[in-house]
Amino acid sequence: MQTFYSKFLGGKSGAIELLILCALIFLLLPASLDIFRLNLVGKYLTYAFAAVSLVMVWGYGGVLSLGQGVFFGLGGYCMAMFLKLEASDPVSTVHQTTPGIPDFMDWNQVTHLPFFWVPFHSLTFALVAVFVVPAAFAYLIGVTMFKRRVGGVYFSIITQAIAAILTILVVGQQGWTGGINGITDLKTMHGWNINTNSAKYILYYVNGALLIATIMLCRYVLSSKLGRLLLAMRDREDRVRFSGYDVANFKIFVFCLGAAISAIGGAMFTLQVGFMSPSFIGIVPSIEMVIFAAIGGRMSLVGAVYGTLLVNYGKTAFSESFPSLWLLLMGALFIGVVMFFPNGLAGLYSTYIKDRIGRLGAMAGRKPANQQV
Amino acid sequence: MGGYSLSDLWSILVMQGFSGLSLFSVLLLMALGLAIIFGQMGVINMAHGEFMTIGAYTIYVLSKVATAYFPALVPYYFIFAIAASFFVAFGVGYVVEFLLIRHLYRRPLDTLLATWGLSLIMQQAFRSVFGAREVSATLPSWLMGAWKATDTIDIPLNGLFVLLISALVTGAVMLFLYRSNWGLHVRATTQNRIMAGSVGINTKKVDRITFAVGCGIAGIAGATFTTIASTGPTSGSLYIVDTFLVVVFGGAASLLGTVASAFSIAQVQSVLTFFMTNAMGKVTTLLAIIVILMLRPEGLFAARVRK
Repeated sequence: MQTFYSKFLGGKSGAIELLILCALIFLLLPASLDIFRLNLVGKYLTYAFAAVSLVMVWGYGGVLSLGQGVFFGLGGYCMAMFLKLEASDPVSTVHQTTPGIPDFMDWNQVTHLPFFWVPFHSLTFALVAVFVVPAAFAYLIGVTMFKRRVGGVYFSIITQAIAAILTILVVGQQGWTGGINGITDLKTMHGWNINTNSAKYILYYVNGALLIATIMLCRYVLSSKLGRLLLAMRDREDRVRFSGYDVANFKIFVFCLGAAISAIGGAMFTLQVGFMSPSFIGIVPSIEMVIFAAIGGRMSLVGAVYGTLLVNYGKTAFSESFPSLWLLLMGALFIGVVMFFPNGLAGLYSTYIKDRIGRLGAMAGRKPANQQV
Repeated sequence: MGGYSLSDLWSILVMQGFSGLSLFSVLLLMALGLAIIFGQMGVINMAHGEFMTIGAYTIYVLSKVATAYFPALVPYYFIFAIAASFFVAFGVGYVVEFLLIRHLYRRPLDTLLATWGLSLIMQQAFRSVFGAREVSATLPSWLMGAWKATDTIDIPLNGLFVLLISALVTGAVMLFLYRSNWGLHVRATTQNRIMAGSVGINTKKVDRITFAVGCGIAGIAGATFTTIASTGPTSGSLYIVDTFLVVVFGGAASLLGTVASAFSIAQVQSVLTFFMTNAMGKVTTLLAIIVILMLRPEGLFAARVRK
């Protein structure tokens, strides 16, 4: 029990942080929002997976990936392919030239299901693929890059190019991927209609629970010896290498873990929003995910969730009333955070508010939290 | 390859080769500015594409002014407009360095994030001032048309013009960096800032001017870009990834590498797009670059630097 408390929850302050986040996700938001807005929050929370993964990869792993949207998209597409196959059973697609294949293939004169679509008839395969495909792709990138000691800026630029390539590919191969429109018109998952209100509530809670579980998993990884090595590596890579560790392997591991986490977000996105398209996988969404993590605080897993919620809330609220102002504001916000609060909201909290709370406690006559000698 | 006679293939090769040369010129002009800012200074300027757009809009505005008020000058304004686009982008770059970049020299990845924010702001500014629609400048008549080399080969004049400009700018940058006193200061500062400061170089001023010059060259790139395509608020962002790849592929600190990599990337892409679809040609080119970068992480022409 003690190890669970300190390793998964991150001790007292970590447990309180998680508790507040749970209260927000599971009690406060569902109680105060209607299903339309709650679904929107659910969508934001799927981006939070990507932001959390960036905290691991960028904040702790020390490599800035500008391709996190790729993994988000791969996860999302794996899920969407299964749902699409279920939606295009021979009965409901009987009016097509070739019944039983997804409608966009029919429009693009594809007459039989491409080979890589076939295994996605199985839900088990699809669920496994959601993790395995992005992680395997990340492993491939990681091995080729980190073993050759490509790092820092170069890694960022190459991941960005990969995001560009994947977008061009998905848009270009319309008959296989649905092109620019993506995979749309998703209806059921194993016969369970995902578009009803009750399904949306359930998916929202599942999404929230997965997010909390992911944060706890990341806490566990960080509290292990591996986590301390990651920190050491980020600060003085050479010294870790000279101590006999293969630095590349740790980076590969954290990059793959980040890819898998991001992919959960993508799969949940597909389920909650009901479609997947290339506009969520390219360069711009990938950089936006970095923005979420940076504004929340690149070293704080919980902060990344708040960053994501806040930025997306702002985006929705502002773009409804002042669409042109929003881009300006987002740009300014981003410059401001990078220049004045490099550790984001979480840094703001730990430098200003935590201290005040401690002092308040002292004034109330209790023993101060950290006594200075 | 079936269906083409030998002379057809030759014409295709020449014309695709030439369109590759135009692409090379634009890529090179974009990449030269970035090679200074990213390769020499280590600043990851994601707003580089927007500086290019500034140059393109400068040409647009000047062409409007020229056609409205000085119709007699229309054939000649273009040359001055290119100079103007350099100075406008230079000025904006100067201000941006002062307000933003100089605080971030020790945090290269943060320059990436901050300049991304900057590029959002600049795109929105373009949209507010010039509207969301694409605009194109009125070009002088001597830029239109084509030079008929043989019966089957047409070489567009604007392509030749772009080629000329990029050759001139490359020469100027080479002279600036490797033959001028100022270039000596730039290279000293980027290699060892403290030492450069201690021998009396004003490193802050060097940084500011260098960054501004890089932006100004992006402005020229945008100006020549208007002869080939129309300009919109997001024109610059289409090229930013390609530009970074050119600089990285060539070896960040080597200007010669930048020229070589822009040339090879442009030629490969232009030939591939003829035989495949546009998208697949581009994908194949980008993939090839990434694979080569994995084999040679320092780029084609790695500068020998003592680490």
